[in-house]
Amino acid sequence: MSNSSSEQTQQDQSPVRTVDVSAVLADKTAATDAFASCIDIENLNLFYSKDKQALKDINLSIPKQRVTAFIGPSGCGKSSLLRCFNRMNDLVDDCIIEGSVGIDGINIYQKSIDVADLRRRVGMVFQKPNPFPKSIYENVAYGLRIQGINSKRVLDEAVEKSLKAAALWDEVKDRLNDSALGMSGGQQQRLVIARTIAVEPEVLLLDEPASALDPISTLKIEELINELKTDYTIVIVTHNMQQAARVSDFTAFMYMGDMVEFDATDTIFTNPREKQTEDYITGRYG
Amino acid sequence: MNPRAEGHGHHISQQFNAELEDIKNHMLEMGGVVEKQLADALVSITSADSGLAKQVLVVEDDIDAMEIKIDEECSLILARRQPAASDLRLVLAIIKTVRDLERIGDESSKIARMAIKLTEEGDYPEGIVEFRHLGDRVARMVNMSLDAFARYDASSALEIAQDDLIVDNEYGSAMRSLITYMMEDPRSISRMLNLLWALRALERIGDHAKNITEHVIYLVKGMDVRHAPLANIADRLADSE
Repeated sequence: MSNSSSEQTQQDQSPVRTVDVSAVLADKTAATDAFASCIDIENLNLFYSKDKQALKDINLSIPKQRVTAFIGPSGCGKSSLLRCFNRMNDLVDDCIIEGSVGIDGINIYQKSIDVADLRRRVGMVFQKPNPFPKSIYENVAYGLRIQGINSKRVLDEAVEKSLKAAALWDEVKDRLNDSALGMSGGQQQRLVIARTIAVEPEVLLLDEPASALDPISTLKIEELINELKTDYTIVIVTHNMQQAARVSDFTAFMYMGDMVEFDATDTIFTNPREKQTEDYITGRYG
Repeated sequence: MNPRAEGHGHHISQQFNAELEDIKNHMLEMGGVVEKQLADALVSITSADSGLAKQVLVVEDDIDAMEIKIDEECSLILARRQPAASDLRLVLAIIKTVRDLERIGDESSKIARMAIKLTEEGDYPEGIVEFRHLGDRVARMVNMSLDAFARYDASSALEIAQDDLIVDNEYGSAMRSLITYMMEDPRSISRMLNLLWALRALERIGDHAKNITEHVIYLVKGMDVRHAPLANIADRLADSE
């Protein structure tokens, strides 16, 4: 098909696997060049120990200001890959990483990179909401305070803006000084997202952000993802395939540390190229 | 990816396997009934059998009921299973095919109604040869398109789709013959008009059979080939091999 052939030529030119992003544009004829990639992964290998290779030669280009989902069975390397994007794997002893991860063209694994600054630019939200045992207000203001911002006016503004962006403002505006721990799980998760976007990152990494939430809270998070993608590049790891199908523009299917298939989500869920992908998304895996 | 030769089994959920097999079998069953209905409608005209024609009209209700039942089964699968990829394409292809089958049933009933009128009007040897010829070809198209569906055979689906061009041509030439008969004997005009309606129904059935082959290509290859020129479809199929 035309999709795969154009992809083929792109693959020949560069080791980074790119897809025909026109598939997700409303106007399918728009130039795909207009789509910048945000995260470029080249020949990435990750070892947790000598004989335990979690990622095998990953090449991938994640488009800017779009939602990209990683799907695959447990232990396939989705979270490991996600954690490479803000160097969370540095915290794991004996973890060895080869290859490069470029964010906006700069390899984040070069020595001169300030990891704290990288993690500000690449925010992460985990499966279990982890608000600090502080007030709602202080949770959101935390990152800014660390940066040395103490002006009440600036903080007030940032807190309101972030809570609004996280679709939480209306629910909490009258109790900003209450403890965050008294909120529901879904609210806590949106609070964590508000805390993450308060420091104005470029990339949002979401590791199973809704798997501990009820269906309505899940839908709120998904709606939020949809709204946030105009400002942020979002990468989401999820076990819920319907969720990947609903929220993402692009989907990558991983299996045993390999990137099996990466394509527009529409293609992956209607007519995937690889049999392995088809088996997984149709529930034949195993 | 193509649906595999062994069909839509091998899900972790056995129940899902069974549900997909069921809708496919029910659709093919409905196809069998429609084929029989078409064959009876053809005979009712060629052998002036109004009794058989009336039977065709009765079967139409059964076909409508089958359409509703299969549609419901499909919508339940969509609601409960959220099928993806080839499973999704199977459900969609079945929903569409069932609709075309129902329309073929409607057109067969039209033919049967014309058979009743023609029988009432008495002898009508002229034009029957043309009708029988086109009818046989269209019936074969319907049969083969269902066969291609059952076997997930995209390349034979394309061949059948090409037959629709022949049907259209033969319909044109049959119409010209009928016009000639009408000019030769103006008393035959009302009879010929009835026969013309029946021919028109056959031509429509050919279109529906072609639609079914397009659903088969969508199911097997994931390509939407509706409204595309045949040569173009052939190229795209060859590319996907």
